[in-house]
Amino acid sequence: MKRRNLMKSSAALALAASVLGSAAWAENPVLKIGFVGVTSGPAAAWGISNQRSMEARADWINEAGGYKIGDTTYDIEIVSFDDQKDPKRAIAGMEKMAQEGIHYVVGPNVDDGAAAVRPVAEAQGIMYFPYAFPKELYTAPASNAVLGMVANYQSGPAIYKYLKDEKGVTSVAFVAANESDPLSQRDGGVEAAKSLGLEVVSDNVTYQVDTTDFTPVLTPVMRTQPDLLVLSGVSPANAPQLIRSARELGFQGLISTETAQDATVLREGAGDLANGFISVGGASTPEIASDDMKEFVKRYTDMFGEYNDESNTKVYALEYILATLNANPAGIEDVTAFQTTMDTFEAPNPFMKGNAKMRYVGSTSFGQKRQIAVPLVVNVYQDGAFETLFVAEVD
Amino acid sequence: MEQILANGIYLGAQYAMIALGLTLIFALMNVLNFAHGQMYVLGGFVTYTFYGQLGWPFVLALLASCITLAVLGALIERFLFAPVIRRSSREESTMLLAAGLAFLFDAIILLVFGEKQRGVPKIVDGVFNWDFRLIMPYDRILICILAILSIVSFILFMQYSKTGRALRALAQDRTAAQLMGVNVARYSMIGFALGAMLAGLVGGLLVTITGVNLGMGGPTSIKAFMMVMIGGAGVISGAIAGGIILGFLEAIGLAVLSQYGDITYLLIFVSLMIFLAIRPQGLMGKPWG
Repeated sequence: MKRRNLMKSSAALALAASVLGSAAWAENPVLKIGFVGVTSGPAAAWGISNQRSMEARADWINEAGGYKIGDTTYDIEIVSFDDQKDPKRAIAGMEKMAQEGIHYVVGPNVDDGAAAVRPVAEAQGIMYFPYAFPKELYTAPASNAVLGMVANYQSGPAIYKYLKDEKGVTSVAFVAANESDPLSQRDGGVEAAKSLGLEVVSDNVTYQVDTTDFTPVLTPVMRTQPDLLVLSGVSPANAPQLIRSARELGFQGLISTETAQDATVLREGAGDLANGFISVGGASTPEIASDDMKEFVKRYTDMFGEYNDESNTKVYALEYILATLNANPAGIEDVTAFQTTMDTFEAPNPFMKGNAKMRYVGSTSFGQKRQIAVPLVVNVYQDGAFETLFVAEVD
Repeated sequence: MEQILANGIYLGAQYAMIALGLTLIFALMNVLNFAHGQMYVLGGFVTYTFYGQLGWPFVLALLASCITLAVLGALIERFLFAPVIRRSSREESTMLLAAGLAFLFDAIILLVFGEKQRGVPKIVDGVFNWDFRLIMPYDRILICILAILSIVSFILFMQYSKTGRALRALAQDRTAAQLMGVNVARYSMIGFALGAMLAGLVGGLLVTITGVNLGMGGPTSIKAFMMVMIGGAGVISGAIAGGIILGFLEAIGLAVLSQYGDITYLLIFVSLMIFLAIRPQGLMGKPWG
């Protein structure tokens, strides 16, 4: 008898837990946002910082009770797909997102992946936010891609001009990995440098993406004795090794890149040799980070054990998607409504101090607003942390 | 020219060390260990943890890498490869197992050490500069010497120790070695542990120069396979020769061909294809395996 009672009690408890659990889970409808990007292999840091930024922000939103869009409050669910930096996988990932009824996807992280998914995204009504720079992705007739960061052809000229005016730079050398992104960034950088009147003393030295020792690679570049060495499209994994090799080869000039970097990686990989290294950042330097940004960094660190400075930029895409949907809830099912809203959208930027605004830009570069207005924050690495060199805006 | 020679010796020594462990495992067990690069990465992360994070002396951290990988290698052989080899005579079974291990290690490394590039403090500061004709940081010189010493020690161990002789006998003819009283199961495990330990050793040495990240495993395995194919699969001297040749090809290519873009590895791969078409067993391998 006792045994039967115990079984009944257990069954009742299980049923109650199940009902309560379902009820709790069903409190808010779920809004799925996708991520298709690289989270394995040598470039994993790019995609993982994306994915974790989205997950940390979604977790924060859900903990606070959800995100209100129109009259409905949604829980945010991040659906991730590792494209392994392979365009074919990126297409498969975008198709998976379509099958799940997802209309908003962050990624892919690289040029060829972003180009490959365009037909799927446009056919399936998916807006996607790549971290890839080819202008044709964002220029009409392309319609569904929104650049998620500042492109090198936007940041490069600003950095070179600053260094020319403030540091007296007259000659520049470029070195890039033998991959589509870094090579296209190098070509854009060379063009920008030449148009500013800088002498390009070396632009044909490239390296295998899996190179681990850069001394042989940089030896011929160092012989050209440039004032500025640009590491075009350099991944955070390679940057410290390149800086270290250049300094050990006796290079005393400036070193810069137009990609986002991580201070801890630079400190561990290059130590004091990385002092003075210039890169593009986001919004977490003390000078400009808001309380929300600090909270985001704290939550990310609590969730994953360690913050990634690349997330200073990557925190924005999800925020833009949700805020734009909030401005026009029809966009949840209809990306055309989302696109229409992009032209006039404006909302406070929660991650920066002051009156910074979130809005879509890109009219100058692409002829239409297909870029999120991430602040162009140019950082300089010094003794283990980034300091803001200057802040600019992209139109 | 001096710089090319120095770079070639340095790259060759480190490549030879990477290839040694791979070819040893292949010679003993006929296993293509696709997880060799991941073992190298694990060795790097162990040294990173003990030397870079916990502040142990570098030598002790290196020792920790060797021991960790040796134990891991022994366990993998004992509980994974040995049963598979016992139950399946198909070579692809062990290849699939090795590939699965590579994925598993990648996932574990990501979970434990994260996605970021990791580095450790330099073990020696300063740069040797001979009138800008030859520039070589002292830590590279030290690592190069340590790598050469390790290779020499390994050769002496294989040549003159009882274990080394047993391993060589096993590599030459497994059945004959068994008939001569060699405990095949035991020495297979020791051989696999030794191969994994070599991967851990070189990973621990090179983390001071190149740092380490989770994506380095696959490309490292590919380079190791190239060296083994050049020198001859399963031949210790062949792996050393393959490593040195690849190191010099890379050093010469990067110095001479840099103005033509990144064609060094393109030419190396083309040369390797032509070479293998003419001599598929490699420089020192036997055509019959």
